[in-house]
Amino acid sequence: MVLVKGDRAVTDGWTHLDDEAEIPAEGPITVSWSRWHRHHDVLHRSAPLLGVRVPNTVAVAEIGLAVSNFSLIALSFPSFTDGRAFSQARILRDRHHYAGELRATGNFLRDQLQFMQRCGIDAFEVPERAITEDWFAALNEIDLFYQPAADNRPWILRQRLRSAPNP
Amino acid sequence: MYRYDEFDRRFLQERVAQYSDQVRRRLTGQLTEDEFRPLRLRNGLYLQLHAYMLRVSIPYGALSANQLRMLADIARRYDRGYGHFTTRQNIQYNWIKLEDTPAILAALATVEMHAIQTSGNCIRNITADPFAGVTAEEIEDPRPYCEIIRQWSTLHPEFSWLPRKFKIAVSAAIHDRAAVHVHDIGLYLRRNEAGEIGFQVLVGGGLGRTPIIGKVIREFLPRQHLLSYLEAILRVYNEYGRRDNIYKARIKILVQALGIDKMRDAVETEWSAMDHTPLDLQDETVAEIMQHFAPPAYAPPSEDDDARLSAALAADPAFALWFEHNVAAHKVPGYAIATISLKPAGKPPGDATAEQMDLVAELCESFGFGELRVTHEQNLILPDVRRADLPILWRRLDAAGLGTANAGLASDIIACPGLDYCSLANARSIPVAEKLSLHLAEREHEIGPMKIKISGCINACGHHHVGHIGILGVDKNGEEFYQITVGGSADRDAAVGGIVGRAVAAEDVNGAIDKLLDVYLKTRTDGEDLPATYRRVGAEPFKEAVYGAR
Amino acid sequence: MIAETKYQAVTANRVQDGVPVYLTRDGEWSSRIGDAELLEDCADALVKAQADPLRAIGPYAIDVAVAEGEVRPVGLRETIRAYGPTA
Repeated sequence: MVLVKGDRAVTDGWTHLDDEAEIPAEGPITVSWSRWHRHHDVLHRSAPLLGVRVPNTVAVAEIGLAVSNFSLIALSFPSFTDGRAFSQARILRDRHHYAGELRATGNFLRDQLQFMQRCGIDAFEVPERAITEDWFAALNEIDLFYQPAADNRPWILRQRLRSAPNP
Repeated sequence: MYRYDEFDRRFLQERVAQYSDQVRRRLTGQLTEDEFRPLRLRNGLYLQLHAYMLRVSIPYGALSANQLRMLADIARRYDRGYGHFTTRQNIQYNWIKLEDTPAILAALATVEMHAIQTSGNCIRNITADPFAGVTAEEIEDPRPYCEIIRQWSTLHPEFSWLPRKFKIAVSAAIHDRAAVHVHDIGLYLRRNEAGEIGFQVLVGGGLGRTPIIGKVIREFLPRQHLLSYLEAILRVYNEYGRRDNIYKARIKILVQALGIDKMRDAVETEWSAMDHTPLDLQDETVAEIMQHFAPPAYAPPSEDDDARLSAALAADPAFALWFEHNVAAHKVPGYAIATISLKPAGKPPGDATAEQMDLVAELCESFGFGELRVTHEQNLILPDVRRADLPILWRRLDAAGLGTANAGLASDIIACPGLDYCSLANARSIPVAEKLSLHLAEREHEIGPMKIKISGCINACGHHHVGHIGILGVDKNGEEFYQITVGGSADRDAAVGGIVGRAVAAEDVNGAIDKLLDVYLKTRTDGEDLPATYRRVGAEPFKEAVYGAR
Repeated sequence: MIAETKYQAVTANRVQDGVPVYLTRDGEWSSRIGDAELLEDCADALVKAQADPLRAIGPYAIDVAVAEGEVRPVGLRETIRAYGPTA
């Protein structure tokens, strides 16, 4: 797997612990949402940089309550047709003001990248073979947007209004 | 109608380029069919029995003459010379090649058209009353709101991968010509006691395997909150709609499972937690969109208009018949709304040839202001015809096979393409419609308003559930059988039709429909349409007539 | 009663234009059902067909009947696929 942030592949500095693994002496770690629930006191104390991997079935309000604990939230796309994480991402950004890394994992298409980015996802875990020459171009194929999202880009109705002459 | 500005045009160009690249990647194998399929669906491209089918978007049914000419051109150049108008006011081409689709979409873009989101699990075409803006019996023109919703829903990043498709319809008139009650979200424009404009919002209506009439989730939504409230509903659906079973994935199933009260709580809670500021519709925004729909320069009627019309009615009984059934009152004196029937008896319902499309394009310029509408009943509307011009208009239509005087009558049948074209179908619908329309054409004036709707499978694209008489094709051991329902309605009194009995063989359909119509004619009281009669007398008389007494 | 023999064949839709096609003995795809390879059992042919995604979409097995040298599809749906819409 390759981690993509911005317009390049980067090294993933995080260690992703399964539920039984010991917490390493140092380094940023992610744990599963259920492990976070069971052991959040311990985790909070032992890991200065903590991330969590959240199933797409968890209500975003619940995640929102805990955002201040995390520097990384990994969202899940079990299948590219399952769009629940788009809402999770957007609300975490817009409503809960989550400012850490929001990472997409699982199954998604290059052609969904821009939607994901607009919803506030800024990192993508992708199989190496998926990174083709034109993979990054997916983020720039459309540069006009009709509606607001979590990315604070201008959207068409608003832009139009600003360019209309004053009455 | 809405005219694109530079933003809209550039957006379409980017979309066409994006899609063209997706096709290239498919044809070279970089994209598997499983990966390509959701992408092509979001540009309206289906794979059907014989070829690809392209569904082009006609936003809330509104077309300009130039757009219709392009649709004719596409039919000629890339298809077999005809197109099919659908129950969601779109047009479909049945014989499309994948490799031609980038060129087709590029051609459509030159006239501000596209096939964006006409398929796929996303927000589909916003449909509306085809009489919008020209009928006296509307509160306000719903089209500006349809256009606002259309733009907001276009490539919405959060709601493009929903559990299932999502359909929104808008009506502003006393009569619901948009089937609002059987949509995922239905919107009725209304005024509150202070006279302010807003919407009654319905949610969870739909047809298909589980036909359900939508329920009111909000009695009055002030218009400024339109988009934010829609977002709240979509978000609740995106999060909680079922993803484990495609037959249980529509919002109607969620509403049914939660009950409307819990659904309302969930939506209102979400809506209260939202920051509405970005999405609140300012009056200037609405005003700007409304400018596109400003009334055209209607001419005052001449003194002898009525006399000329009366003379023509007296002189030509065929024209008089067409006038009686296909012409509706316009809100502006001296004008009329004309329905062009695409249901000539014995022909596939809802189809138009490229030549007919070109003619209608010319007619909407000569007898109007260059616009026309597509109805969800698969007919076309010329919305602004001078009453004095009706006789000559009808002669031109009649000469082209477009003058059938059956709007809203028994031979004005809605039918899906069925097993002749559609890979989802269990039985054919077009031959049934053709034979039935021929059979009923003789008695349809005696019968009066009658909505017969035929679907070739339970997906109900023919809206059979809400037909006064509905016909559903089923497969029984490899043979085509037809289940008949009665008493459905897509109007304000929306209701799902009741099943009359066992499915009948194809050759028995006409006879069964005859018996139902006989019961209706015998038992109806003055002015009752069939749903009203059905509500009054119940199902028994209809069942007995077809299947005999128990 | 004309004697009829039943076989299986593999069909799919052609990628370029969506036209129904039938797998031939040479592993090609023909739009004429008469060219279809007639098989007792399609399992192997189906596996090979599924590995041909640049030319064929969604291959599946169908029943065909051969009478007097003519290959005809069994069932209304495949008849419509093979010969076109009835209306």
